[in-house]
Amino acid sequence: MPARPVARPPMPARAALPEIAALLKIESLTKTYKTGDKALKGVSVEVPSGQVVGLIGPSGAGKSTLIRCINRLVEPTEGTVRLGELDVTRLSRRDLRRARRRIGMIFQEYALVERLTVMENVLSGRLGYVPFWRSFMRKFPPDSVEKAFALLDRVGLGEHADKRADALSGGQRQRVGIARALEQDPELLLVDEPTASLDPKTSRQIMRLILEICRERDLPAIINIHDVVLAQDFTQRILGLRAGELVFDGPPDQLDEKALTEIYGEEDWTAMRRRASEDEDEEPMHHSERELVERLEGLS
Amino acid sequence: MNATGRTWRRPPILIKDRRWRIGIYAGLLAYLVAAAASIEIDWLRVYQGLERGWRFIEGFLRPDFTSRWNDISHGLIESLTMTVTSTVVGVIISVPIGIGAARNLAPLPVYAVCRSIIALSRALQEIIIAILFVAMFGFGPFAGFLTLSFATIGFLAKLLAEDIEDIDSSQVEAVRATGASWWQLVNYAVQPQVMPRLIGLSLYRFDINFRESAVIGIVGAGGIGATLNTAIDRYEFDSAGAILLIIIVIVMVAEYGSSTVRKWVQ
Repeated sequence: MPARPVARPPMPARAALPEIAALLKIESLTKTYKTGDKALKGVSVEVPSGQVVGLIGPSGAGKSTLIRCINRLVEPTEGTVRLGELDVTRLSRRDLRRARRRIGMIFQEYALVERLTVMENVLSGRLGYVPFWRSFMRKFPPDSVEKAFALLDRVGLGEHADKRADALSGGQRQRVGIARALEQDPELLLVDEPTASLDPKTSRQIMRLILEICRERDLPAIINIHDVVLAQDFTQRILGLRAGELVFDGPPDQLDEKALTEIYGEEDWTAMRRRASEDEDEEPMHHSERELVERLEGLS
Repeated sequence: MNATGRTWRRPPILIKDRRWRIGIYAGLLAYLVAAAASIEIDWLRVYQGLERGWRFIEGFLRPDFTSRWNDISHGLIESLTMTVTSTVVGVIISVPIGIGAARNLAPLPVYAVCRSIIALSRALQEIIIAILFVAMFGFGPFAGFLTLSFATIGFLAKLLAEDIEDIDSSQVEAVRATGASWWQLVNYAVQPQVMPRLIGLSLYRFDINFRESAVIGIVGAGGIGATLNTAIDRYEFDSAGAILLIIIVIVMVAEYGSSTVRKWVQ
């Protein structure tokens, strides 16, 4: 096996694209918060290269904790996370930074640095690759800048490079978030509620964009999402998390009423399932979008 | 009680027990009356004071800028120099201390040290520090410069630290997730969020430092305060009036200027 693509600073950029069988392997992952809350109770799961996984579950089930344990924004209590051959849970701070740049992350509410320009936000995806003085002087290597422009074009924001991030609309901001994650040349995408504050139409556009990009790059992704219909429409595999335990793991079409009840508890799921099945004609989406606009106008 | 209409009364906020409440309020009132009665007022002195006050107002109405202009301009330049240098030096020192005093950025030992420095600086009032520095380094603007720098650190570092603790943590998390180092984190996720407020606070502190420079001059730390003190000692109320007017104008200009700049950086 070739060595892990832990590139040293001088020639970082393309950290070996084809052979990165960046298989994510999570083994009996446990997280107990200081308050004593058990957010994760021994979760084990494997994600092969190129697979897009939807992670669903009720609020407080530990979805957010699970994906944050993968890049150790949340420190797991027990268990291991392997990215390829690399055991992420045993890394020193320095090596952890190296590992983090291989893992792109897309956030709920975008989490852009609002007062920086769009370009600075995208280039911040290179921070793990460049020395401090370069990032401080905003003198990123030409290929990083070129890549950033290309990514902005790819997500349809080529014109907006020098705008401040807070001047963009919600959907545009999330596109910048996607570009920032891709600027890292990631081998894995972690996506935390990407559509939480977007309207239904934009939500579907963003999900479609994420999915297309994952296909283009054979990039595996874990998408933490509470909209079951979106998850079913856009992912190849669904994980259901309930109270810190994995209670469902299967393709989207196996997510029947019994499975939903297992994940979320007792509820009449027929209406939602019906909507999901007639979803392709897009009509209900336009309808709910109009509803949303009306609601917003009612507010102002 | 009426069976149909229910009554409602706002529950007491601070002291639930009725007897304690009445007792404590009555005690406070009795103390206030007794304390006010213990203040001795010499009405003759008050009358003389009013007379002196009137002469002061007369001086104000006919301010004399010319006869002591040399002293005044010298004091003014000294005060402005003191203000500018101490604000710049104070801000430069405050920034690292403020970052160190923000619990979400600094490890506990660093946090403790920086918070202690801030507490020390805030515990000592400017006049007390000025007296101390005048005793150590002699009369003149150097003692004033040190005093104002020291006071700026306590003010600015504390407010900066609190501002850093209030920043949007999701932006920090996002930058951390890219593999950024601590310095990059501060530069990309923290600095953009606190910069407008840091600039605003620095300008506000510039205002305060100019006003303080007039006060600490009275205890010998140089500047326009020393000139004012001399004028009053010599009963030259017309010159003193001129000095006060100049101080008021400069403070107003600084205030207006800083609020304009603050609006612009937002």
